[in-house]
Amino acid sequence: MSRLFANRDAALAAIVVALVLLIGLRSPVFLSPASIVGVLTDTSFLFMLTLAQMAIILTRGIDLSVAANVGLVGMLSALASRAHPDVPIVLIILMSIGLGALLGALNGALIAGFSIPPIVVTLGTLSIYRGAIFLIAGGAWLTSKDMTPAFIAFPKLSLLGAPILIVIAVVVSLGFWLLFDHTRIGRSLYAVGGNPVAARYCGIDLGRQQFFVHTLAGAVSGLCGYLWVSRYGIAYTDIAQGYELTIIAACVIGGVSIAGGIGTVAGALLGALFLGVVVNALPVIDVSPFWQTLISGAVILAAVVVNARGSRRVGKIILREARQKAAQGSAA
Amino acid sequence: MSAVTEPRYAVADRPPRRLSDLLLRWETILVGFFIVVFAINIRLSPYFLDAYNLSDATFNFSEKAILALGMALLIIVRDIDLSIAATIAVASLAMGEAAQAGASTPALILIGLCVGIVCGAFNGFLVTRFALPSIVVTIGTMSLYRGIAQVVLGDQALTKYPPSFQALGQGYLWRGLFPISFAVFLVLAAAFAVVIHRTTIGRKVFAIGANPTAALFSGVNVDGIRFWLFTLTGLLAGLAAVLLTGRIGSTRPNIALGFELEVVTMVVFGGVAIAGGAGTIIGVVLAVFVLGYTTFGLSLINVPGIVINILNGVLLIVSIAAPTLAKRLMGRRA
Repeated sequence: MSRLFANRDAALAAIVVALVLLIGLRSPVFLSPASIVGVLTDTSFLFMLTLAQMAIILTRGIDLSVAANVGLVGMLSALASRAHPDVPIVLIILMSIGLGALLGALNGALIAGFSIPPIVVTLGTLSIYRGAIFLIAGGAWLTSKDMTPAFIAFPKLSLLGAPILIVIAVVVSLGFWLLFDHTRIGRSLYAVGGNPVAARYCGIDLGRQQFFVHTLAGAVSGLCGYLWVSRYGIAYTDIAQGYELTIIAACVIGGVSIAGGIGTVAGALLGALFLGVVVNALPVIDVSPFWQTLISGAVILAAVVVNARGSRRVGKIILREARQKAAQGSAA
Repeated sequence: MSAVTEPRYAVADRPPRRLSDLLLRWETILVGFFIVVFAINIRLSPYFLDAYNLSDATFNFSEKAILALGMALLIIVRDIDLSIAATIAVASLAMGEAAQAGASTPALILIGLCVGIVCGAFNGFLVTRFALPSIVVTIGTMSLYRGIAQVVLGDQALTKYPPSFQALGQGYLWRGLFPISFAVFLVLAAAFAVVIHRTTIGRKVFAIGANPTAALFSGVNVDGIRFWLFTLTGLLAGLAAVLLTGRIGSTRPNIALGFELEVVTMVVFGGVAIAGGAGTIIGVVLAVFVLGYTTFGLSLINVPGIVINILNGVLLIVSIAAPTLAKRLMGRRA
């Protein structure tokens, strides 16, 4: 369970609860069950994509192309549904997951195959995937009129009394928890991020892990791509643009270390929830949505500074001793 | 009988420079790219090879090119600054508000530069004081700075700028052939090249990038230099804000949106190692020209900007993958 809960996760949970209660104090409607379900439904994309990004960041990587992947697969799924209206929705969803995985695998192959830093590859594929949306759709907007009723209806379904988006997010989260905490692959991800050299000596291949996490993140992005387009009933070139940074922000707030090897499922989910609550609460408490960017920036900075205090100077003991000796030497 | 004692250790001389070394340098390859881009563009459009068009094309990349100089140094010391575009937004906002209040052009320039310095120094302070990864810090400050512009401006725009201020971003130095912004970039690039490649400061910068710990033990003030590089990059962002705001004559909350990734692309395409410790200013300058004139040539034949972005993305990946691929192919042959 150590990777599901950590002390700082409890602190973050307390902060999120306090935030929700504070907002509820100002406008009690925010605490109504309908509102809470609404916030969770809105945040379900962020939950899934944050966990996918976390898997990559654990291996010291980063993926800037996830949002472009979401947009491209979303557009493809909408086009596919328009071209073949009688294809069952399950097939469309499976196709989206597959296409997303393919785009992610391309990232992974470039990163692992050519030993290119993930930030460079995904910076490149971000432009490529985003441009591809424009090319395949000719710059057109697809609205709900272009989509079949079944395509639109799926994200509005309920399962066990909960919106299906929340159910999917829960299932995906459980999957990531099982992966990180209960499989050999998960442990390898932490090992690679914690110390790549040591991991190599233990027989863990960095390239294989990189390929795996990027493909996995691609599959999750593909799923989110279909869900995003069908939920909002619109597909266009700039869909989900800039969302990659929101996802990374959620990871950082959730205590996933950008230096790799550190992070918990609960932390990542709480980081995503924090941003989700902020975004949804602003209109409720009559704050202009223009504040959203500023607040998330301030929260990211606060989160990294607080995290740094806990983990600073670990592994730099020799250097610190050298510095102290130098200081004593100059004082004497 | 005097025995000639062989020296116990032999230090080999550096092997003589061969022509193939020069030809395989990334900068040489970039010159090749540059020639190819020009040749293709001349074939594609009769309007490309025109002194006025070629000089006006620089308006579209000079501001980003100025930012690329600072970003190159940051990447060489293993850092990165993703907040530069947002810094431009804040600096432009401050200048816009001051212009509304009737500030003169010199005052506006000073305000723009100072806001840039403050934003950059804040990044540098957070990164060095708390030993934080710069990518995370600057993603945070990117939201923070951009957020300030959004909160203050909302959906409004500031458009009241004195003509002499706008002339900075739109004007020419010589017969309508030499845009001011381009001249600023060239002067800065020359200064950067000298400082980085010919002074001890530059030597220290590369030392930090190659091995920060070894640099620290060699007496280099690692955190001090990193702090000043962030501040310098902020200053360049302030300068870019002056030129950009003057050029488009307005400040909107989304000004310069997305510049940071284009600038990183320029720097990495210019051969600066993303892992730090290697790179040249001339490489970055060449990359600026290759990317800038690719964009210009394609837009002349009406290719949409987003499609040009695809090409830039492919160029970025191919340029990084090519050396590895070449090495592997050669290894197989041997």
